[in-house]
Amino acid sequence: MRLTLKVWRQKGPSDEGRFETYDVPDANEHMSFLEMLDVVNENLLAGNRDPIAFDHDCREGICGMCGIVIDGRPHGPKKNTTTCQLHMRNFKDGDVITVEPWRANAFPVVKDLVVNRSAFDRIIEAGGYVSAATGSAPEANSLPVPKADADLAMDAAACIGCGACVAACPNGAAQLFTSAKVGHLGLLPQGQAERWSRVVAMVERMEEFFGSCTNYGECEQACPKGISINFIARMNREYLKAKFKDSRKLDRGTLGDA
Amino acid sequence: MKLESRAPTGPLAEKWSNHRFNVKLVAPQNRRKFDIIVVGTGLAGASAAATLGEAGYNVKSFCFQDSPRRAHSIAAQGGINAAKNYRNDGDSVHRLFYDTIKGGDYRAREANVHRLAEISVQIIDQCVAQGVPFAREYSGLLDNRSFGGAQVSRTFYARGQTGQQLELGAYQALARQVEAGTVDLYARHEMLELVINEGRAAGIVVRDLVTGEVTSHSAHAVVLATGGYTNVFFLSTGAKGCNATAIWRAHRKGALFANPCYTQIHPTCIPVSGDYQSKLTLMSESLRNDGRIWVPRNPDDRRNPGAIPEAERDYYLERIYPSFANLVPRDVASRAAKRMVDAGFGVGELKNGVYLDFGTAIGRLGRATIEARYGNLFDMYANITGEDPYVVPMRIYPAPHYTMGGLWVDYNLMSNVPGLYVIGEANFSDHGANRLGASALMQGLADGYFVLPATISEYLAGQLGQPAPDPGGAAFKEAESAVRERVGKLLGIRGSRSADWFHRKLGRTLWEHCGMGRNAEGLKAALAEIGALREEFWNDLRVLGDGDSLNQSLEKAGRVADFMELGELLCQDALHREESCGGHFREEHQTPDGEALRDDENFAYVAAWEFKGEGKPAELHKEELEFEYVHPSQRSYK
Repeated sequence: MRLTLKVWRQKGPSDEGRFETYDVPDANEHMSFLEMLDVVNENLLAGNRDPIAFDHDCREGICGMCGIVIDGRPHGPKKNTTTCQLHMRNFKDGDVITVEPWRANAFPVVKDLVVNRSAFDRIIEAGGYVSAATGSAPEANSLPVPKADADLAMDAAACIGCGACVAACPNGAAQLFTSAKVGHLGLLPQGQAERWSRVVAMVERMEEFFGSCTNYGECEQACPKGISINFIARMNREYLKAKFKDSRKLDRGTLGDA
Repeated sequence: MKLESRAPTGPLAEKWSNHRFNVKLVAPQNRRKFDIIVVGTGLAGASAAATLGEAGYNVKSFCFQDSPRRAHSIAAQGGINAAKNYRNDGDSVHRLFYDTIKGGDYRAREANVHRLAEISVQIIDQCVAQGVPFAREYSGLLDNRSFGGAQVSRTFYARGQTGQQLELGAYQALARQVEAGTVDLYARHEMLELVINEGRAAGIVVRDLVTGEVTSHSAHAVVLATGGYTNVFFLSTGAKGCNATAIWRAHRKGALFANPCYTQIHPTCIPVSGDYQSKLTLMSESLRNDGRIWVPRNPDDRRNPGAIPEAERDYYLERIYPSFANLVPRDVASRAAKRMVDAGFGVGELKNGVYLDFGTAIGRLGRATIEARYGNLFDMYANITGEDPYVVPMRIYPAPHYTMGGLWVDYNLMSNVPGLYVIGEANFSDHGANRLGASALMQGLADGYFVLPATISEYLAGQLGQPAPDPGGAAFKEAESAVRERVGKLLGIRGSRSADWFHRKLGRTLWEHCGMGRNAEGLKAALAEIGALREEFWNDLRVLGDGDSLNQSLEKAGRVADFMELGELLCQDALHREESCGGHFREEHQTPDGEALRDDENFAYVAAWEFKGEGKPAELHKEELEFEYVHPSQRSYK
């Protein structure tokens, strides 16, 4: 099939950026979207033109490194699919495809389609863990976890940290990402000791970087792992509970803002 | 050079506990006086950096990805082994040890493997405590599944995303230490040189992939946790970024490279579909629990698989290996598939695969059960091929997946370069000539959480009172200028071919001559081809742009240059090892029915190669393997 790509090119964070148009005469339906871009890049290089920079690594839909806005949709038209797993059979001959980076204040463009998502790491650092020192763990089966809880925790834990939720959100909010980790750890008995301090620390760190959630729900549609916005509701509930639960242990100043 | 394994003496089951008692310690208040560099943030690197930071050392952690969470451990699907014996089916530490030694075709150190089996149970405890959402039964207790090469159920799993969940557990432990200030994180940084000062590992030189800045970092010890080299084949199940540059730079600086020819070809991957193919996708080995592998009895049978009656199908693994059937180890399953396809029985448009059929299992258990077990894998398959595996059998074929070889290390996981440690897939230590399924995650986490943090103090204790080397010193300046010079050289060739073009060509040569089947003639041809390709690379490579910003072609070119040198060593090792064992199959050495034929008398050793200069043959050093507890025998899964 023959395609036309309109690709966002931007030399660096301070460059203005612009769309450039490329003709793709020989795309094949079995190619992945990134393989199609590989072919475009080989052709650009052969013509002494700078290849398009894009992030990618595992190309199996699990590492979360790839992420391109395709025709206005993060990861493109197919639901529950990362860019690397999107195959060209989802397009047809003659299509004009717009290719852009994630666009969000918290994710500045590094080059072309590559953005800086390190704000996600900062959120996890604030509390996205169970503080289990190596070697201190009790026997694994000493604490049964009801299967339904374990399964729901796994649904949340499936987040790959790609940032599509932020890219899709008109507010550039990171509630789906943050709530997935809060939900995962908060549902398990191992996560209980830090349950309330975790949600407060993570939400407040998140707000240093990202916009606010106003329930558009775009994030859920864009999520390649199908993570439900129910986790956002759960996080909001937990955050409020945490704020009131033991106010003497929490910062009263922050409580006043809630 | 005499290679000392430093494996402890005494009874097998007491070696590790005795060793831990005998190791010199660094007291908690002294740990902050030591700087440790950890390169790589996969299971081994992230768990090591987190644990060392938690212990009180100053740790610097480096990864080339944009976040430590993305390291390729995340793509491991099936599970992690542990000798918990929760199924009460006869498992034990000794059985896991035995299965691993046998699975590795008697080419691993007994002491290391026993330690691995012992630690396996602690890993599960640790990961559960971290909140890893392992699969559970209705009782709330942990579930298990079976994997190849074992007759017990000892594999723990989290849907088809076990690697992801373990990696995130280790990443989160690392993030906790970053927040605590014990670990400094350097994402999008690539190690391009190891620095050796006065005979010891003194630090590394890295390039900031965003700004191109080249900087030095010094430490009392350097830990490489940079994964395997399977991407030397270009098409593999590795992530596109997986590379051997860190271990290859260390090898060039004197670290011995052990058993490079032990490469694993995974039997269940989606076959190649065209020339543009950029990687191969694994379908977890766990699928062989319920999937049956077959080809049509008539090689010219082009009917739809569903239309081929039972009697006209050859379930060849069940036929040849009745006791392990579809769960034979990976090397055995891969070679059997190759024999079928080579003999013309291949299926699919390109006749380059075999069927993995879930029809029987769906009939017995219902679609819902199969969906719960493997749903995400089935979706991935459907996405890639456009076929529905619930209806049409999957087509699979072997693909390069894992490398058992790696930098040589002693029992403490230290290389022959003092102060240079190598953990996880980057070292050679525990899997011998073939790795069993669900054992890579086990080894990565054993090394990172438990072994390295316990053994590194032996070396550090001797350096108490000494500051870390000066990163402005002569050795660092020299390494930095070597890096800058090389970057300049890659940019300056201005030839006509891309790095990918060379990489594909290298991969094709290796896959053809040094893949599932190898022979002397082919290996010699490969050596000649790679030598010529390397020369062409340095004359005709094209990298555009500059070295002062994000330049992905430049990154790739440096990695491909190292892969070419490694490819030559891979062939040299394969040529020298005149036997077949595990993943290394020399066609000249096989039993009458086509199984691997070992030569224990002449080859029961670790081949550790010393770098002697570009384009020159490496020098062989041997570590003899001794088997006190398991008697090497012809591996049989029949």
